[in-house]
Amino acid sequence: MEGFLINVLNGLSWGMLLFLISMGLTTVFGVMGVLNFAHGSLFMLGAYISMQLTRWISSFWLGLIFAPIIVAILAIIIERFLLRPVYGRDVSFQLLLTFGVMLFLDDGVRLIWGPAHHLVNPPDVLSGVFPIFDQTYPVYRLFLIAMGPAIGIILWAFFSYSRYGKIIRAAAMDREMAEIIGVRAPILFTAVFAFGAWLAGLGGALAAPHQSVGPAIGEHIIIESFIVVVIGGMGSFPGAFVGALILGLLGSFGATMAPNFQMALPYILLAIVLLTRPRGIFGEES
Amino acid sequence: MVGLFSKNFFVGFLVLILMALAPFFVTTHWVIILTEIIIMSLFAMSFNLLFGYTGLLSFGQAGFFGVGAYVSALTLTHLSSSFWVCLPVGIVGAMLFALVIGWFCVRLDEIYFAILTLGFGMMLFTLAHNWLSVTGGSDGLTIASMPVLSIFGHKIELFNPKFFYWVSLTVVSLGIIFLRQIVKSPFGLLLTATRENSQRVSFVGQNVRTVRLVAFTIAGSLAGMAGVLFALFNRIASPEMLHWSFSGKAVLMTILGGSSVFLGPAVGTAVFFVLEHFITSYTTNWMIFLGAILVILVLAFPQGVLGTLATFFSKLNGGRNSD
Repeated sequence: MEGFLINVLNGLSWGMLLFLISMGLTTVFGVMGVLNFAHGSLFMLGAYISMQLTRWISSFWLGLIFAPIIVAILAIIIERFLLRPVYGRDVSFQLLLTFGVMLFLDDGVRLIWGPAHHLVNPPDVLSGVFPIFDQTYPVYRLFLIAMGPAIGIILWAFFSYSRYGKIIRAAAMDREMAEIIGVRAPILFTAVFAFGAWLAGLGGALAAPHQSVGPAIGEHIIIESFIVVVIGGMGSFPGAFVGALILGLLGSFGATMAPNFQMALPYILLAIVLLTRPRGIFGEES
Repeated sequence: MVGLFSKNFFVGFLVLILMALAPFFVTTHWVIILTEIIIMSLFAMSFNLLFGYTGLLSFGQAGFFGVGAYVSALTLTHLSSSFWVCLPVGIVGAMLFALVIGWFCVRLDEIYFAILTLGFGMMLFTLAHNWLSVTGGSDGLTIASMPVLSIFGHKIELFNPKFFYWVSLTVVSLGIIFLRQIVKSPFGLLLTATRENSQRVSFVGQNVRTVRLVAFTIAGSLAGMAGVLFALFNRIASPEMLHWSFSGKAVLMTILGGSSVFLGPAVGTAVFFVLEHFITSYTTNWMIFLGAILVILVLAFPQGVLGTLATFFSKLNGGRNSD
């Protein structure tokens, strides 16, 4: 029973991080039609920058606020100068461009911070452990589990009620129609890409104390978030939530119940979903 | 079909002769680099049968490359020490995997195809990484002794880099000639047609899925063929050979050379390795350059090195298309 609960909690905390990444990925895809390979690298940058800020100003919270903003500013530059020229091109070329950006950022991080892994301590309030039955559980992971739904609800409210959220949804539904009624697509695209990057940076900053910060964390998470977005349905927000939870739980339960298969489980799930519902669980069949 | 005495035939023949003579003029160090280039060329060209000709972006091509590598390593340790056994068995192994996995993958296209091939490729990676008793896990399978290759009773020493180079060159050339025949055949035109407009292809009564499955299987088999050579070249079959980032290499080399020209991926591979060789002698952060080069290529030269040159020369020739 305890093992079960620990698995659930581990799955949820990782799932919540995946959710933040996938949310950005799916929004960018839904509106812009671009599957961003570099999204994991933006996540990784968020983690590194928050780590650096925490060292300089020794405040986790300021790092959490500013790291995603810095990542978003970088994303604006990437969108404006690199992505914009390839919107009209074949999807493969967009994928390749972001693949190149990923290689650049991943190695750039290695150049700046070295290949070693860095440890980040959670802030004092959130450090320590919480007793569960006769075991203990890190408070920081519980904080992550609470942050997931909190950010999810804020995003949901933003997309449902705010003017900008509605514009983004409209553009995701029918880009051409949105342009006809006066949405300025270029600015919207930049904003959406920056927003996605901000979410990735936020996820990275939150992930920093959860795991060690190293140059491979972006590459690791991007594939998992691709799977989340694809099985949930590309461009679907509830899909990203459900997909992230499934993948998080699959990871934690797989690690204890089928350690040999754990690495393959997400891919098997991906194949099953794609072959039975090609547009994902929440995707609309064309 | 290409005319036997056409210009292209002569150019190809000349290049082949020069390649065959290369070991007499360069150091062993460069013979080894050249060997890696020609093996990886075949891998990249097998990928491009799917990408450039059929319009399917596969991120799982390394899976079949790796199957070729592992199956040949297993054959050498358990079955036979002959090159004539391990090469065909490796190819057939990759072919079977490609046939089964392709059967699923060709149902989808565009991004979904890319993601699904990535998924299957990573399943193969996990298999190689975790099936300790058969594949040796993350250590891989070392090839303790090179296979025996005898032609008409004459033994060829494969552990001599020069001989291995010539054997690789022969095998890769045969693979490339085979690919050439495929893309120039009516079936090759059908592949291009499914890339351009798959709906029309089905309107004229062709089964798009079958066409794509055949292409997928051929591409997988040739990747396996390259994988066999690569395992022998490195004396090991290791899980990294199946990882999606290895598939990414094929994508990169193809774009670098140009996906719209037949030999583009081979030229891209050569450029890739030569660049890697020079840049890594100055810095260990070669990926940063690679990323920048890829971004610049996609933005400014989407046709790649050979594609851009071909367009340039055909303009010089007064717009005549020189294939």
